[in-house]
Amino acid sequence: MLETVFCRTPALADVTTHYCPGCTHGVIHRLVAEVIDELGLRERTIGIAPVGCSVLAYNYFTTDFQEASHGRAPAVATGIKRARPDLIVFSYQGDGDLASIGMGEIVHCANRGEKITVIFVNNAIYGMTGGQMAPTTMPGQIATTCPLGRDVNLAGYPIRVAELLSTLRTPAFIARASVHTPLYAVNAKEMLRRAFRHQAEGRCFTLVEVLSTCPTNWGLPPAEATQWLEEHMLPYYPLGIFKEPGGEDRAPTPLGENR
Amino acid sequence: MAKKLMKGSEAIGEAAIQAGCKLFFGYPITPQNEIPEYMSHRLPQVGGTFVQAESEVAASNMIYGAAGSGERVFTSSSSPGISLMQEGISYIAGSELPVVLVNIMRAGPGLGGILPSQADYFQATKGGGHGDYRLLVLAPWSVQEAADLIQDAFDLADFYRNPVMVLGDGLIGQMMEPVEFHPGRKPCKELKPKEWAATGCKGDRPTNIINSLFLDPAALEQHNHKLQAKYEAMKRDEIRYAEYGTDEPYDVLIVAYGTVARVCVTALEDLREAGIRAAMVRPVTLFPFPYARVRAAAERAKALLVVELSCGQMVEDVRLAVEGIRPVHFYGRQGGMLVTPEEVVDEARRLLAGPQQEADHA
Repeated sequence: MLETVFCRTPALADVTTHYCPGCTHGVIHRLVAEVIDELGLRERTIGIAPVGCSVLAYNYFTTDFQEASHGRAPAVATGIKRARPDLIVFSYQGDGDLASIGMGEIVHCANRGEKITVIFVNNAIYGMTGGQMAPTTMPGQIATTCPLGRDVNLAGYPIRVAELLSTLRTPAFIARASVHTPLYAVNAKEMLRRAFRHQAEGRCFTLVEVLSTCPTNWGLPPAEATQWLEEHMLPYYPLGIFKEPGGEDRAPTPLGENR
Repeated sequence: MAKKLMKGSEAIGEAAIQAGCKLFFGYPITPQNEIPEYMSHRLPQVGGTFVQAESEVAASNMIYGAAGSGERVFTSSSSPGISLMQEGISYIAGSELPVVLVNIMRAGPGLGGILPSQADYFQATKGGGHGDYRLLVLAPWSVQEAADLIQDAFDLADFYRNPVMVLGDGLIGQMMEPVEFHPGRKPCKELKPKEWAATGCKGDRPTNIINSLFLDPAALEQHNHKLQAKYEAMKRDEIRYAEYGTDEPYDVLIVAYGTVARVCVTALEDLREAGIRAAMVRPVTLFPFPYARVRAAAERAKALLVVELSCGQMVEDVRLAVEGIRPVHFYGRQGGMLVTPEEVVDEARRLLAGPQQEADHA
C-alpha cells in the first residue's frame, strides 16, 4: 500500500508565487504554513500582508487575510486581535516595512504586548521597489540609493530589530533565525513554532526575525547570495532566542544550543 | 429613557455604545479628549475594548483591522489628527469596510488653534486621502442630533460598507445640552450578516481577503466603478437637510450647517423683526450634498448667504447647486472666532442693499 510521506501543507495555497529565483520568501512561507497546520490553527488564523515583496502573500496562504498599508501591519493586527481575541493573528513584514516606515507601529505593538506573531523577513534591502537602501542594509553594501555602498557616517549602522525589541519588557518571545541552508531552516521552523504556540496559549507579543536572501537586488546568483548572507549578515545579525516568556533577558543563544 | 444633561463629546461616546460599538482606537487631541476618556471607562463596563494608539496613523489602521473582522468600531479625533488618519481612511474606503469617524473640527491650517472651526469641509466631503472615494458625512447642530446621527452612522456604515464621518465643530464637542437615548432602537437601514469579514475560514468556505490592491488595471477600474455606484446610491437615498422659514415668502436664503446654523436661526428671527424676509436650508448630510433642494429653494430667493466658520468651503457646493441663477454671498469667520446673529443680520442687509456684483465678491 502506498503511503503519502510528503505533500504540500494545506495552509499553503497550490499556486506559483511571484518571488524571484533564489529568494527565500518561498521557504519562509512554507515554514509558516507548516507550523500553522501542525498546530491546527488554519481555520482561525488571519494573516496580515505588508507592502513590499510579500504584498501578495494573501494569494499564497489558505487562511483569511487582510492587506495592510506600508508599515502598519502591527496596527492592523492590533485591531483584529482586539476585536476577536479568539483568532490567531500574524503579520508578515519585510525590513523596509517593519524597520523603517513601520518602526513606530512595531515598537508600540510589541510594548503593548499584543497577542500576535510577527514574521520579520530581513534581507537587508528594499526588494519590491527595486533595491534601495534599507535600515538593515550592511555597511558598504551597494543599493540603488547608495550606489557607493552604505556610508555609516551618513546613514548610520544597520538596525538590529530583534535586539532592539528585546530591550522592551513586555514581549513574550523574540528570536532571530535564518533559512539559507536546510539546517538553518529547520531551526527557523522551530522558532516559528514556538512563536505561534505562545500566541495560541495566550501569551503576548512574539516575533521571529528571519534572515533572507535577495539575489536579484544584491546582484548575485542564488548560491552566492546564500554565501553572502552567511559571510556578511550572520556575524552582524546573530541567531538565537533573545527573549522568552518569564525568562530573564538573555544574550543570544548560539544556533546549535537551542535546538 | 429620561433626558440627561451631557457634554457633546460624552453623548457621542454613549451613542456609539448604544449603537453596539465595542471597540475604540484613538489618540488624544484637543478639543475631543472627552470622547476617548469616556470610551476608556465605559467600554470595559459593556465588555468592550479601548486602545490608546501610539498615533492617529496607527489608530486609523487599528480601526481598519478591527472593521475587517466585522465588528463595529469607532474613532474620534480633531483636524490635525484626522489629517494623519487619511492613510487608514483611504484603505478603509478602498477595502469597503464600515467604520464610524468623528471629527471635532478645530481651526487650522497646520497646528492652528483649538477653538471651533468648519475648515475641514473640503477634506471631509471631497475624499480627504488619496484616490477616488467619498465618506458619507453627517453634520449635527446639537448634542441630541449628534447622538442620533452617531447611531445612524453605524447603520449607514454597515449598509454601504463605507466609512461614515460625523463632522462636528468644537462647540458640539464641548457644550452641554439635554440628550435622550432610545435603547433598543431599530437600525435605520436593513442590515445583512457580514459574510465578507475575515474571521477564519472554517471548513470549505473560500478565504475572505480584506484588500484594496488591484494590480490589474481593468480590475481596479471595475472596483472604482463599484465604489462610485455606492456613492450614487447615497446621493439617491441618503440626502438629509432641514428648512427654516421656507413655508413663507423670502428674499434671502441662508445656507449653513452645524452650530453656525443655530446662530443663523436666531438671526432669522432678528431679520424678520428688521423687516427682511429670510429663510434657511441646513444640510445635515454634507456628502451627499442636497444640491437639488438648495437649487429649488434658491429659485424663490433674490440672493443667497452662505455662513461658515471657514474661508468659504461649502459655499462652492452651494454655487454648484445654484448654477449662477442667483448671486451667492459668503460670510465666514476663521481661527476659532464665531459668527454672531448681528453679523448675519448685517450681511443680509448689505446683500439686499448693494449691487449684486459686489454681493458676489466672495
